[in-house]
Amino acid sequence: MLDSKIPKGPLNSKWEDYKGHCKLVNPANKRSLEIIVVGTGLAGASAAASLGELGYKVKAFCFQDSPRRAHSIAAQGGINAAKNYQNDGDSVFRLFYDTVKGGDYRAREANVHRLAEVSGNIIDQCVAQGVPFAREYGGLLSNRSFGGTQVQRTFYAAGQTGQQLLLGAYSALERQVALGNVKMYNRHEMLDIVKIDGKARGIIARNLINGELERHFGHAVLICSGGYGNVFFLSTNAMGSNVTAAWKATRNGAYFANPCFTQIHPTCIPVSGDHQSKLTLMSESLRNDGRIWVPKKQNDTRKASDIPEEERDYYLERRYPAFGNLVPRDVASRAAKERCDAGYGVGSSKQAVYLDFAAAIERYGNIEVGKRQMNNVSKEEIIKLGKEVVAEKYGNLFDMYAKITGENPYETPMRIYPAVHYTMGGLWVDYELGTTVPGLYSLGEANFSDHGANRLGASALMQGLADGYFVIPYTVGNYLADEIRTKAIPTDHPAFVEAEKKVRDTINKFFAIKGTKSVDFFHKKLGKIMWDKCGMARNEQGLKEAIQEIKALRAEFWSNVRVPGEANEFNPELEKAGRVADFLELGELMCLDALNRRESCGGHFREESQTEDGEAKRDDENFSYVAAWEYKGEGQYELHKEPLVFEECKPTQRSYK
Amino acid sequence: MEHYNMNLTLKVWRQKNKNDQGRFETLQAKNISSEMSFLEMFDVVNEELINEGKDPIAFDHDCREGICGMCSMHINGRAHGPWDGTTTCQLHMRAFKDGDTITVEPWRAGAFPVVKDLTVDRSAFDRIIEAGGYISVNTGNAQDANCIPVDKAKADLAFAAAACIGCGACVAACKNSSAMLFVSAKVSQLALLPQGHPEKHSRALNMVAQMDKEGFGSCTNTGACEAECPKEISLTNIARLNREFIGAGFSSEK
Repeated sequence: MLDSKIPKGPLNSKWEDYKGHCKLVNPANKRSLEIIVVGTGLAGASAAASLGELGYKVKAFCFQDSPRRAHSIAAQGGINAAKNYQNDGDSVFRLFYDTVKGGDYRAREANVHRLAEVSGNIIDQCVAQGVPFAREYGGLLSNRSFGGTQVQRTFYAAGQTGQQLLLGAYSALERQVALGNVKMYNRHEMLDIVKIDGKARGIIARNLINGELERHFGHAVLICSGGYGNVFFLSTNAMGSNVTAAWKATRNGAYFANPCFTQIHPTCIPVSGDHQSKLTLMSESLRNDGRIWVPKKQNDTRKASDIPEEERDYYLERRYPAFGNLVPRDVASRAAKERCDAGYGVGSSKQAVYLDFAAAIERYGNIEVGKRQMNNVSKEEIIKLGKEVVAEKYGNLFDMYAKITGENPYETPMRIYPAVHYTMGGLWVDYELGTTVPGLYSLGEANFSDHGANRLGASALMQGLADGYFVIPYTVGNYLADEIRTKAIPTDHPAFVEAEKKVRDTINKFFAIKGTKSVDFFHKKLGKIMWDKCGMARNEQGLKEAIQEIKALRAEFWSNVRVPGEANEFNPELEKAGRVADFLELGELMCLDALNRRESCGGHFREESQTEDGEAKRDDENFSYVAAWEYKGEGQYELHKEPLVFEECKPTQRSYK
Repeated sequence: MEHYNMNLTLKVWRQKNKNDQGRFETLQAKNISSEMSFLEMFDVVNEELINEGKDPIAFDHDCREGICGMCSMHINGRAHGPWDGTTTCQLHMRAFKDGDTITVEPWRAGAFPVVKDLTVDRSAFDRIIEAGGYISVNTGNAQDANCIPVDKAKADLAFAAAACIGCGACVAACKNSSAMLFVSAKVSQLALLPQGHPEKHSRALNMVAQMDKEGFGSCTNTGACEAECPKEISLTNIARLNREFIGAGFSSEK
């Protein structure tokens, strides 16, 4: 039976109450308690720094050459906080409510409320660290609005908010490294969890430079390894982003929750060919001014500029007159796919739609003419003025687009297509962020806890830092208070020996196969299965096929993959092989979860569960639960359900017509 | 934009590990699309090498959208290649034409030892940050964020300096292998903000001392770092670092 450990009492006093009653560890005892942190993104770096400050002995691991590289760095838009600096009616409750609703009522209320409560502290902490947020002329912080909300609560640093927040957490982490409280292991990859008497007691990590396997003891282990979007091969994730740490936890008894909840972002630069290695996001803010369209004629090969106005289909404006181009991410993504699948796609791949700024340029141009009280202005002059305004608003995005595609988006419409961007699912955790394995915790995108079936913009950064700075320091202490009598376990303990042997055997197995296909070959194949059958739209038949195809692909992988080089050297192909092996298992579980969830909610669209006019239909009666999957051997999983109880937010069906 | 395919000759630095002497290897990259990124061209070459049973070229990369700072190739004598203000991962193949020969080296600097092929060890940058690239504020110490108003002009300058991605191109581009642009970007960011004032003297002194200890060279104001920086970090940060450093030297009570 899953125990989510939600404290009793009214929603808005649960966290206060918890903090007032959880166990504490005295400073002398903290010095002998060791904590392992896997991953150094916003969640991992903030956790490692905060726990180091408290006096615990922390070891932090990242596979990159420096903790500053973690993929949190790529977040563009901003971070939400219920500061109400704009006096526009924001509050902790509203942030909580927007997040639960935005998640399509599949998140746990108590966790989300706590997130909203600590959101303000995050901004305070970051400013104190020297994070250069955008400011107004009076010197105070600036805010902007973001999707899914009616208030201005998003703090930002141009289009580089993730970078600035991560560098803040990184500097706090490096300060603890300098003070000797944290030991940093760069270019190390966690390859297994070590369990002793049912508790997480350490990890096996591979030194990626020399290939040596290392045993590390910890009284507790924190998995902060991010999301698993790369199961699709093509995503906006970094090339190295992977599920390995979380998956090893799953194989050691931690349940994996809601794996099928993935977020597809509607505005990304489309795939240009088979060589494509990753996809790049174009900020959602572009939909404020861009109009999305495809030709009315199928397989139209004319250039965009040659297609007259009456032969263009502004399908979002047609289907959703009330919201138009500003429908939520999931709706916009599915509509683009529908048009492309029906043969109306544009560009050489036909897997793209236009995002057109011509109308906005003309509109802004006319506004400028009015503002400047100009007379007898030519069309060219209006366009020129309009382009200047658009450049001021979106210049950096237009430049990025031009760099990647070689096209000038001021002259020709952008081509965009949806891409996998974030994963809401992850390791199941209770209120304390503890997994089902005692002593094993999960923070940030790696856990499932706060975003339900769909994440709102500017909430990922908030959750990563909330977990690391303000939640885990309390909750892990509550566990470690009972561990003060546990001496550090020597790493020649049989459990460490056995775990290391298992890892070594797997590595040797990779080299022994000596097959004919590269790791990427299998990764791309897996990605295609996932995208076609467990992507933006899913149905029973497709998911069943996908499961069989993934099983077959996995068997082929283990008999025909070629891993070059040696185990005892820097070997990126070996690293990839291990990650893809885990994706090949996770992919199957995602399909299984999607098959089980016979409703549409948030990012999960089951074709069998839609309204008459093709919109997503949730089924609260049968599916208002967290699906937590227990690993029972390869390809075998047992489903555990955590019912979701909504005391404050009444579930309603979304409509954007 | 018309797309085209090209055949290229690559001269790539191959070095098994830091103890190996290393050498250039000449490889052919065939049928490369002008739409590919520079790293995708390397993916294609590596795929070929793997299929031929050879060792692929090791190179650092991660986000492939120009922000993580991991990619680090010296291309035809320029850090991150021919485009200004661009990381290697954002450089695209339309910068080249059919028949070109492209020389690709790792960052060359004593303080950045080669790990393998085009991959170098930049942990010296982490140690410089450890020496003082932070504000000493524990979690929970902070006051309300709007209690510290910051002059917008200074906040903008601090942000521009903070845009540094720590890739090391400045060091690779510098004839002295100096890390002054990197160090000055962090020192400037924190010196420009009121939050950074209490530690500004010790920060400048300690970070520069660590930079010297790591074996980076001195600055002779050539400006190659600024010219090659993918984030276009300004040389004026180095001037600010020098002011901070000298000021710290005069006012230090130690």
